[in-house]
Amino acid sequence: MQNAKMKLFNGYDKMTEPINSSEIDKTFFEKLKEEKGMEKVLLCFNCSGCSTGCPMAEIESNFNIKKYIRMAGLGLKDRLLNDKYIWYCTTCYKCQERCPEEVLNVDTLLKIRTMAVAEGIMYDDHRAVAANVIETGHGVPINDKNKENRKKLGLKEIPPTVHSFPEAYEDVKKLLKSVGFDELVSK
Amino acid sequence: MSLNATENGSKKDLSLFLGCVAPNRYPGIELATLKVMEKLDIGIRDLEGASCCPAPGVFKSFDKTTWLSLASRNIVLSEDSGTDLLTICNGCYGSLIEADHELKEDPEKKKKVNEKLAEIGMEYKGTSNVRHIIEYLYKEITPEKIKENVTVPLEGIKVAVHYGCHMIRPSKGKDLDSVENPRFFDELVDATGAKSVDYEEKMLCCGAGGGVRSVFPETALKMSEKKLDILKAGGFDCIVDACPFCHLQYDVGQKTLAKEGKEYNIPVLHYMQLLGLAFGYTPEELGITLNVTKNCDFDNKILNLSKKTN
Ligand code: SF4
Ligand code: SF4
Repeated sequence: MQNAKMKLFNGYDKMTEPINSSEIDKTFFEKLKEEKGMEKVLLCFNCSGCSTGCPMAEIESNFNIKKYIRMAGLGLKDRLLNDKYIWYCTTCYKCQERCPEEVLNVDTLLKIRTMAVAEGIMYDDHRAVAANVIETGHGVPINDKNKENRKKLGLKEIPPTVHSFPEAYEDVKKLLKSVGFDELVSK
Repeated sequence: MSLNATENGSKKDLSLFLGCVAPNRYPGIELATLKVMEKLDIGIRDLEGASCCPAPGVFKSFDKTTWLSLASRNIVLSEDSGTDLLTICNGCYGSLIEADHELKEDPEKKKKVNEKLAEIGMEYKGTSNVRHIIEYLYKEITPEKIKENVTVPLEGIKVAVHYGCHMIRPSKGKDLDSVENPRFFDELVDATGAKSVDYEEKMLCCGAGGGVRSVFPETALKMSEKKLDILKAGGFDCIVDACPFCHLQYDVGQKTLAKEGKEYNIPVLHYMQLLGLAFGYTPEELGITLNVTKNCDFDNKILNLSKKTN
C-alpha cells in the first residue's frame, strides 16, 4: 500500500533525466550534516565499492546506494525524498563496512529517510508498524495464536514485557508523545 | 577477554531482553533460552516491562530521537536492576548496542535523552552493557565449556550458520574477530557435535531488514530465496540463526515459496534451540515443531541421535 504523497517518482523514472541546477538545494546538505559524520558524503570519490557489494542492487537495479550518496552531496533534496527506492535498503551495512572513505552510507540513507518522513512521505505499511508501537509498545504485538503457543510450551500466556505491565506501557506512550512521534507519523 | 567486562572483571547477572518477534511469534526461542541458560547455570531474569527495542532499520528511518529515547528506556530498565542486558536477536542487539554507544560517547546526546527520560522518572547512566547471546556464550562461557555440557552430540547434522547482519555490522564498537569471515558462531555450533559447513553467500542478509519486509515482501523474499537455493543444493540439514526476525523470514518465507511450487523444507533453528537439542531436549520441548516449515526427516534424525545416547 502506498501513501498518496508517494507518487512523484512512481510510473516514470526521473532518475535518468539530466540534473537541473535549480534542483540543487544548498540547505539540504547543511541539514544533513547536523548529524555527526554525515558530512563525509563529500569524501566519496565514486569508486563504487559500496554499490558493487550491495545485495539489494542485484535484485532491484533501480536501487543504487552510491547514487544516493552522490545525490546527497549535491543537495538533490526533492529527487531523494521522493524516490521510492530509498526504502529498498535492508540495512545489511555491507556497503558502510567497505567504503574506503568511511562514508556512513547506511546511516546517511536512514537520515534521508527521516527527512522524507518529516515531510509526510511514508509508506502505509510503515505507518502500521509505528502505530503498533504507539498502541502496544511492540512493533510486533502478541496475537491469539501465539498466546496459545506460549501456553502449550508452559510459558506465561502474556510475555513479561510491556504487554504484562500497563504502567510500563504508559511510560512508553508518554515518551513517544513527548518526542512527538505520534504527530510525526500521523502527518 | 571481553571488551565489555565490568571494571572489576566480574560478570554481572543478566536481564533477558525479549524484543518482539521471539515472545510474540516464536516463543520456542524464548523457552529454549531459559532452558539452556539454566543448564549452563547462568543467572538470568526477565527484563520486565521492556518494549520494542525499537527495530533499528525501521525506527531509525522514521525518527532518530524516537529511536534513541525508546532504546535508552530499555537500557535503563537493565541498569536499574543492576544487570547487563542480554539480547537473543540481532535487531535488538544492533539497536541497543548502538544506542548505548552513542549515549556513552556523546554527553550532549545523553543530556538530551535524559531530559526526555526524566519525564517518566528515569535516568540513563551508562552502567550496563548490551550483550548478544552468541558473543556472550563465546567470550564468557566458551565453546569448550558448552561442549562439556552436551548430552546428545548432534553428530551428522550439517548446519548452515546464518550470522545475520546486525550481530556483525556495523562493526563499530562490537569487538569481533572478522567482519567478512567471522568464525565464533561456527565454533559454537561445532561445540554441539553438529558441523557448521561453509557455503557461498554465507554472509548474505535474509532480506527482511530495514523495513523492506513490511513494504516490499516479494523483494525481501528474493534475497532469502537466493540463500535457500544454495542451501538446498548443498544438502544442508538445517539453518541455524541467532535472530528471530531472520528466523521468521526464512521459516515463513519457505511456506510462501512452497505455494509457488518451490519446495525447500529446510528446518530453521535459533542457536538456543540447537543447543537445547544437544542438551537433550526434544524438538517439541523447544518449540521447533511450532515452525511453519516442517521436516519430519530432521525430527527423526534428532530422535535417533537421542536414542543412541540413552
Ligand atoms: S564506497 Fe565510498 S567512496 Fe566508494 S563510491 Fe561508495 S561512498 Fe563513494
Ligand atoms: S546496507 Fe543497504 S545499501 Fe548497503 S549494501 Fe546493504 S542493502 Fe545495499
